[in-house]
Amino acid sequence: MRHTTHLLYTLNVYTVCIVLRMTISHTLLGFLESGPCHGYDLKHSYDQRFGNDRPLHYGQVYSTLSRLLKRGLVEVEGMEPGGGPERKRYAITEAGVTDVTQWLVTPEKPDSYLQSTLYTKVVLAILTGRDAAKLLDAQRAEHLRLMRELTRRKTGGDLADQLICDHALFHLEADLRWLELTTARIDRLSAEVRS
Amino acid sequence: MSSAVLTAVGLRKTYGTTPALAGADFGISAGETVAVMGPSGSGKSTLLHCLAGIVLPDAGTIMYGGRKLSALSDAERSALRRSEFGFVFQFGQLVPELTCIENVALPLRLTGHSRRAAERAAMPWLERLEVADLANKRPGEISGGQGQRVAVARALATAPRVVFADEPTGALDSLNGERVMELLTDAARATKAAVVLVTHDPRVAAYADREIVVRDGHTRSMGAAA
Ligand SMILES: Nc1ncnc2c1ncn2[C@@H]1O[C@H](COP(=O)(O)OP(=O)(O)OP(=O)(O)O)[C@@H](O)[C@H]1O
Ligand SMILES: [Mg+2]
Repeated sequence: MRHTTHLLYTLNVYTVCIVLRMTISHTLLGFLESGPCHGYDLKHSYDQRFGNDRPLHYGQVYSTLSRLLKRGLVEVEGMEPGGGPERKRYAITEAGVTDVTQWLVTPEKPDSYLQSTLYTKVVLAILTGRDAAKLLDAQRAEHLRLMRELTRRKTGGDLADQLICDHALFHLEADLRWLELTTARIDRLSAEVRS
Repeated sequence: MSSAVLTAVGLRKTYGTTPALAGADFGISAGETVAVMGPSGSGKSTLLHCLAGIVLPDAGTIMYGGRKLSALSDAERSALRRSEFGFVFQFGQLVPELTCIENVALPLRLTGHSRRAAERAAMPWLERLEVADLANKRPGEISGGQGQRVAVARALATAPRVVFADEPTGALDSLNGERVMELLTDAARATKAAVVLVTHDPRVAAYADREIVVRDGHTRSMGAAA
């Protein structure tokens, strides 16, 4: 049991890291389109707009910039005496602009959610003779609790907060509607699962 | 949690052979907003009507401010509804012949205020709901969303202890609906009014402090506010 949880956690963190790394490099490139700047400025622009509760580490910024440098998407435009990454001014290259454009115009793959943990839990609860309706209610309460929290944050926030919270709220709402529908169909589902 | 203003225990109500409520419980405190959710036909509106003294339950007890609702006469119950409760419904609640300011002033006039005093008290509510510029228009001349804001202003103008709202944003798009919810819950918290909010919409329910779910005439209370 503990093993599975740990594995899931690792997987999760791993996925988050990859996704984050991909968007970070494109985001930094995008910032550089409005003019050359230092890693320090990039970190601050990022934290201010997208950081939320997770500011970038300087290490992440400089490792991203060195990858971009290797791929020819940025170049060092000026260097103050002393050396070290924090002294360099970076500029976007032609190839860099093409890369950002490509990323922006390519639609994201919608998640299909076909491997829903919630669905698996409901079926397993039925199979093992546990109370699936109770499980759904508990999940529903948890979802609505988070929705209340995001709503509070949204009403006190600026437009950027509102958009970020709304995105999360719409996804939670979709889950919640699924939970309601499944609750309404629990008897039928039980009959099918047990047959 | 502070003391309850309105509580109900074991409510039952049957229409003909249809059991609308089959043992529903409820409780709400001053300044609290509670979302009442649940499938269509589960008994949400019936619960709200019973709590507001519009419909008498077949069994069960409702206590409001230390008084048993069922022990009051019809006249006492209507007086209570006029002076201590506010109502917002989904549609058609404004009087079409009256202007917006007259609509908001109406419940105050019914509780004995002069026309001038009632309209003077009504105006800040139109302002608070961001529709002061519509004061002299009639309901037929404004949009549904604007009408709903006027209706919320009217529900709050008598400084009610409890506001009953049945799908108050049901006819609005989500941007307008959420703004109305924000204004309603803000005003209610500021005036310490309790709000009983019936809604299908989880995003609307998320403006409440907690939720209860009605299924087949039974209430289930879900997680309280964190
Ligand atoms: N005045 C009435 N006369 C006869 N039956 C009624 C009356 N009011 C409600 N009912 C019945 O009682 C049950 C509960 O109705 P209620 O209006 O409380 O449901 P609801 O949860 O508000 O539904 P909705 O989400 O569709 O508004 C339903 O079966 C309904 O048909
Ligand atoms: Mg109803």
